Amino acid sequence: MNYKIWRFGKWTFRLTSTRYVLMALVAIMVVAAIFRFVLGLGAVTNLSDEWPWGLWIGFDLLCGIALAGGGFSTALIVHVLHKEKYAPIVRAALVTSMLGYIIALVSLLFDIGRWHNCWRPFFYWGYHSVLFEVFWCIALYTLIQVLEFGDIFFERVKSRPLKGILEKIMPVLMIVGIILPTLHQSSLGSLFVVAVDKLNPLWWSMIIPFFFVWSAFFLGPAMVTFEGSLAARAYGRQPETEVYQSLVKVTMWMMIVYLIVKIIDLNTRGVFSLAFNGSFESNMFLLEMIGGIIIPIIMYAIPSIRKSQQGVAVASFLVVAGVVFNRANVNFTGMAQAVGGSYFPSIWEWLITLGFWSFLVLAYCFIAENFGILPKEEHGASHAAGAQKSIAG
Amino acid sequence: MPKGVLVDVSRCIGCRSCQVACKSWNDLPATPTSFNNNWDNPPDLTATNWTRVGYHLIEKEGQLKWRFVKTQCMHCEYPACEAACFTHSFVKTKEGAVIYKPTELNQDYCVGCRYCMIACPFSVPKFEWDKSFPFVRKCRFCYDRLKEGDKPACVTVCPTGALQFGEKEEILAEAHQRIDSNPNYIKHVYGEKEYGGTSWMYISDVPFEELGFKTNVSEKPIPLYSWNILKWTPWIFVGWGAILTALYTYNKRRAEVHHEEEMYAPVQDEE
Repeated sequence: MNYKIWRFGKWTFRLTSTRYVLMALVAIMVVAAIFRFVLGLGAVTNLSDEWPWGLWIGFDLLCGIALAGGGFSTALIVHVLHKEKYAPIVRAALVTSMLGYIIALVSLLFDIGRWHNCWRPFFYWGYHSVLFEVFWCIALYTLIQVLEFGDIFFERVKSRPLKGILEKIMPVLMIVGIILPTLHQSSLGSLFVVAVDKLNPLWWSMIIPFFFVWSAFFLGPAMVTFEGSLAARAYGRQPETEVYQSLVKVTMWMMIVYLIVKIIDLNTRGVFSLAFNGSFESNMFLLEMIGGIIIPIIMYAIPSIRKSQQGVAVASFLVVAGVVFNRANVNFTGMAQAVGGSYFPSIWEWLITLGFWSFLVLAYCFIAENFGILPKEEHGASHAAGAQKSIAG
Repeated sequence: MPKGVLVDVSRCIGCRSCQVACKSWNDLPATPTSFNNNWDNPPDLTATNWTRVGYHLIEKEGQLKWRFVKTQCMHCEYPACEAACFTHSFVKTKEGAVIYKPTELNQDYCVGCRYCMIACPFSVPKFEWDKSFPFVRKCRFCYDRLKEGDKPACVTVCPTGALQFGEKEEILAEAHQRIDSNPNYIKHVYGEKEYGGTSWMYISDVPFEELGFKTNVSEKPIPLYSWNILKWTPWIFVGWGAILTALYTYNKRRAEVHHEEEMYAPVQDEE
């Protein structure tokens, strides 16, 4: 044992050197947050009239929510379709997803200029706005995920009546908890429909909502694989390779559909040739499609790669990176030509983003060490080796 | 009832009186002049510059000529900013002005998300970046004057008649009459059909694309794009919900009971 353990009551938290660094980053974020809320956006960010949306929306919100897609896709597969063999990963996916949503909501609070008005949209309904749907669905779904986590929470914090209530309403939560993300993952894409004539036609499309929700869904299994592999390394556990290699077949087939629909869509709108005209946009687009879609499809399709822990982890990492790249392309690359000017996040924007994600890692570790979200280890003594080098250990 | 303004580019001499009138009527602070690579001053619309005259040196019939284009909010018939706002902070008034309710009507619901800035096809709404609690600012068609039956401040000071204010229908008819009776004009009224039409319209003797206008744009109002998707929301909610419920009940009957509490455990400490 090469770390201290922090105990408070029945809770424990390991203190490793990596975690000290992460805690320091969270502390810096808190300081930067004070500056941002007191001085305003202009003082701490590089946002401008040309680039009203920057790192916090393009990365923390769009990517955070997409990465959290693992929650609803595994919930659908395990709880609705009852593919019980995937059950070992479903709780970890829920927790990551919940944390992702909380971060998205917090980054949204940071990003809005008049944050003291953040409660207003609950009462003043601009229902003709796509953002209205996004806002309501994200807020409600975060609440639902917290309630779903409550079911796990009350295993440790004994409260019969509360656990009883949660268990009764769980099927409803489960189903609404799939409908809401379906709606808002797609409407995060629909947000950009109004940017017709602004967003590059390689990304702008009337079916951009389909691309967003479909990719958030197929990202799920890949994210679960990637994150599960990381957690397994961190805690020196046996990765659930058997589950991953089977689950990512869902991703593979969905990516094939995605690719076909993408090609049909580009052809129908007559902009297919734009992908090969050598411009910056076309190269970014090709990188996204080849690196994030085509190569992972091939890797998943070859059994010897898919069935090896390393192969399935690398391919899944590519899928995750590909979706992140897609969201960044929609928010930045695709808009650059129309809006002019330039944008690169300021040091404060980076520090706040880093703080958010450090918090996510710390919170995940705390939950994994105190609540039953990872499957019970059968042979408990096998986890000494990998504990030092990785993010959690 | 809805009003409009016709901007005749061929009559503008680039005196910038409209810029000054706008500043003085709306009580906006001056922007210090800075060096830039063209003749525009100020170079961009900002939260305190709601209108500006763009200077364009262009070649016409072998000669270099100046043309000046006043820009400001176009006051769309179907404003993208209004449709984008999820707190309904923009509204198109019956006078034709698109106004921002937090500052005009003292209805402060805006959260400052800046989606209006993404949505506006003319990139008009600007943000008070230097404020702790910034508002979105833009040309307000001098809504206070409009309500009293008066012209916008910029129109009153235009010395050459490049700006003409009136009932929107009459203004549009006037625009067509001018471009039809004089062969020098480009046969297009910019703003008649762009994004479903705007309250400010332009005619010019120089092709619009040479003057920095966004041409070949959609004639469909932007709010329709998002509404065509949003209108499916209730159906997806009900339909998808029904499918999921059916699948859930069907599969649950077949599924074996298992005890979740025994499947998972906290990660153990190495002690």
